[in-house]
Amino acid sequence: MYETMVKIRYYEESMVQAYAEGKQPVFNIGAGPVPGEMHLAAGQEPAAVGICAHLRREDTVTAPHRPHHHAIAKGVDLRWMTAEIFGKETGLGKGKGGHMHLFDPAVKFSCGGIVAAGVPHAVGAALAAQMQGKDWVAVAFIGEGAANAGAFHEALNLAALWKLPVIVVIEDNAYGISVPKQASTAVASNDLRASAYGIPGTRVADNDVVAMYTASEQAVKRARAGEGPSIIEIETYRYLGHFQGDPELYRDKAEVPALRERDPIDRLQAHLTENGVSASVLEELAARARAEVDDAYRFARDSAYPPAEAALADVFDA
Amino acid sequence: MATSTTRMLTGNKAMAEAIAQEMERDERVFVLGEDVGVYGGIFGSTEGLYARFGPGRVRDTPISETGFIGAAIGAAAEGMRPIAELMFVDFHGVCMDQIYNHMAKIHYMSGGQVKLPMVLMTAVGGGYNDAAQHSQTLYASFAHLPGMKVVAPSTPYDLKGMMISAIRDDNPVVFMFHKSLQGLGWMTQLDASVGHVPQAPYTVPLGKAKVVREGTDVTIVAIQMMTHAALEAAQRLEADGVSAEVVDLRSLVPLDKETILNSVRKTHRLLVVDEDYRSYGMSAEVAAVAAEEALHDLDAPIRRLAVPDVPIPYSRPLEQFVIPNAQHVYEAVIGLVRQ
Ligand SMILES: Cc1ncc(C[n+]2csc(CCOP(=O)(O)OP(=O)(O)O)c2C)c(N)n1
Repeated sequence: MYETMVKIRYYEESMVQAYAEGKQPVFNIGAGPVPGEMHLAAGQEPAAVGICAHLRREDTVTAPHRPHHHAIAKGVDLRWMTAEIFGKETGLGKGKGGHMHLFDPAVKFSCGGIVAAGVPHAVGAALAAQMQGKDWVAVAFIGEGAANAGAFHEALNLAALWKLPVIVVIEDNAYGISVPKQASTAVASNDLRASAYGIPGTRVADNDVVAMYTASEQAVKRARAGEGPSIIEIETYRYLGHFQGDPELYRDKAEVPALRERDPIDRLQAHLTENGVSASVLEELAARARAEVDDAYRFARDSAYPPAEAALADVFDA
Repeated sequence: MATSTTRMLTGNKAMAEAIAQEMERDERVFVLGEDVGVYGGIFGSTEGLYARFGPGRVRDTPISETGFIGAAIGAAAEGMRPIAELMFVDFHGVCMDQIYNHMAKIHYMSGGQVKLPMVLMTAVGGGYNDAAQHSQTLYASFAHLPGMKVVAPSTPYDLKGMMISAIRDDNPVVFMFHKSLQGLGWMTQLDASVGHVPQAPYTVPLGKAKVVREGTDVTIVAIQMMTHAALEAAQRLEADGVSAEVVDLRSLVPLDKETILNSVRKTHRLLVVDEDYRSYGMSAEVAAVAAEEALHDLDAPIRRLAVPDVPIPYSRPLEQFVIPNAQHVYEAVIGLVRQ
């Protein structure tokens, strides 16, 4: 888990750099090697890492518009993913999808730019597993803002009705773009909404990866055993803007530095050190993670752009 | 007054000014949508309104499009004049039932008894690599179903004047604004995104196209961003001795057939340019109008230029290939006049 957390953080920090290229001194969303919107998840690692530690290759994960941490935790090919974000031919989607639309069927990962749309997709994957008699589970990650969308409620009702092996992980980072959670729902926390579907709901406090791991273990076991869906909401922290370039006028400048004091990677490191893991072992894990990320960025940069006419292919299966 | 004739505004400020002036004039006007408050709209369409009118009349909503667009319909039926923002037109799938089956049809189904004086504004357009779910124009998806007016202005002047008309209209109006024409600091700065906008409120009629450049050899009917591509192409064509007339459609519903037909009857050639998908869209509609009513005035088959029926790809060379630009328009016209 430590290695994955470090890998995700370093991946996102590297993306901050790559995304800024060609956008300085004047910020232009369409310029540079990585154009378009960019939603990063630095600070939000525990949600993805805590639950994916229990998942197998055959388990499905659907992620929203902020998908890198989930993708990395699920084991999406890092080189191909990065190449996709750079719009290269070697990308997961041959450069057609981009950062919000990563598909890696080899590890059953997908994501998308329409808020809450991944929840019914995960329910469908869980339905397929149930119908095929497999003990596979499906996990849908969404933000707390997405829990106000119709798709979330309709999908959960179905999942509960059919006792499907699906887990909805809600990352409560306190904002849906600029709208604070209190201004978007009158419900105190989204685990409470589980009762509306007659399923268990848990809330993990303070972005704690160990607590997330523990809560997930129960939910995954339950799902594999055919006991149906559940909701886990985790209080998590978004260090960066909603997207890169977000002026963040909606939050206090002191907020992020205070959150960084409680950084989940530092805390995990302290926890591991206390439990006898040596500094050199941790540094080795971190170095390996960074090397893998550097290799992926190098691969992405070295890859070619697709030929323009490739735009016309893949609308239908041949 | 010198200031009133030269004042320049960006597209987003023109829109926000229109809304502010109407909110000032009419207490029933209010705004709701995601991030329309403190943020001022992701594309700046509500900039400054929250500070001026407060959270009661500039309402941030949860990510619940069916809920808040439906609520706008309900409020409009009670005599309010809501302006709801659907952040990107691409998200219309999650709330289309409210738009197509309710906003568009209630007036008709009630035998004309119920009025829905509301505006649904939404951002369209690509060109900055935001990929398949955030770059569509989808003009035709709205224009196809009867019961709502649909507009797509291409200048700050029209953004203000048509927004005021839309708010004052007693019918539901879908107001599609192009991200690239908002003049936002974080996008490529286009000359077209800044223009002369008078301070005092004024209206630009809905349902009227505009001849933005006179010409004699070919008519280019264009929508929104494509108007600017067409104007640029027309300038280059002039050097080749081709005189192109450019019609900015501005309103998709009602469609100003007269302006289209008058132009075609004058130039005898027609190219339609659309940033939406090619098939079953506005380009087909305009071509059909010309074919039905001015076929014998044409010296060459009608041509269409649009996105070639593929989702908008992410990678830059792919996106540039599918979205029409001035070069594409230029080439299409050359092909047309040489025929
Ligand atoms: C259906 C739909 N509506 C609106 C949007 C625009 N949008 C993208 S992300 C976002 C906020 C999401 O907030 P949350 O679910 O809390 O996730 P976070 O961004 O905080 O990770 C919004 C409104 C969208 N992509 N899809």
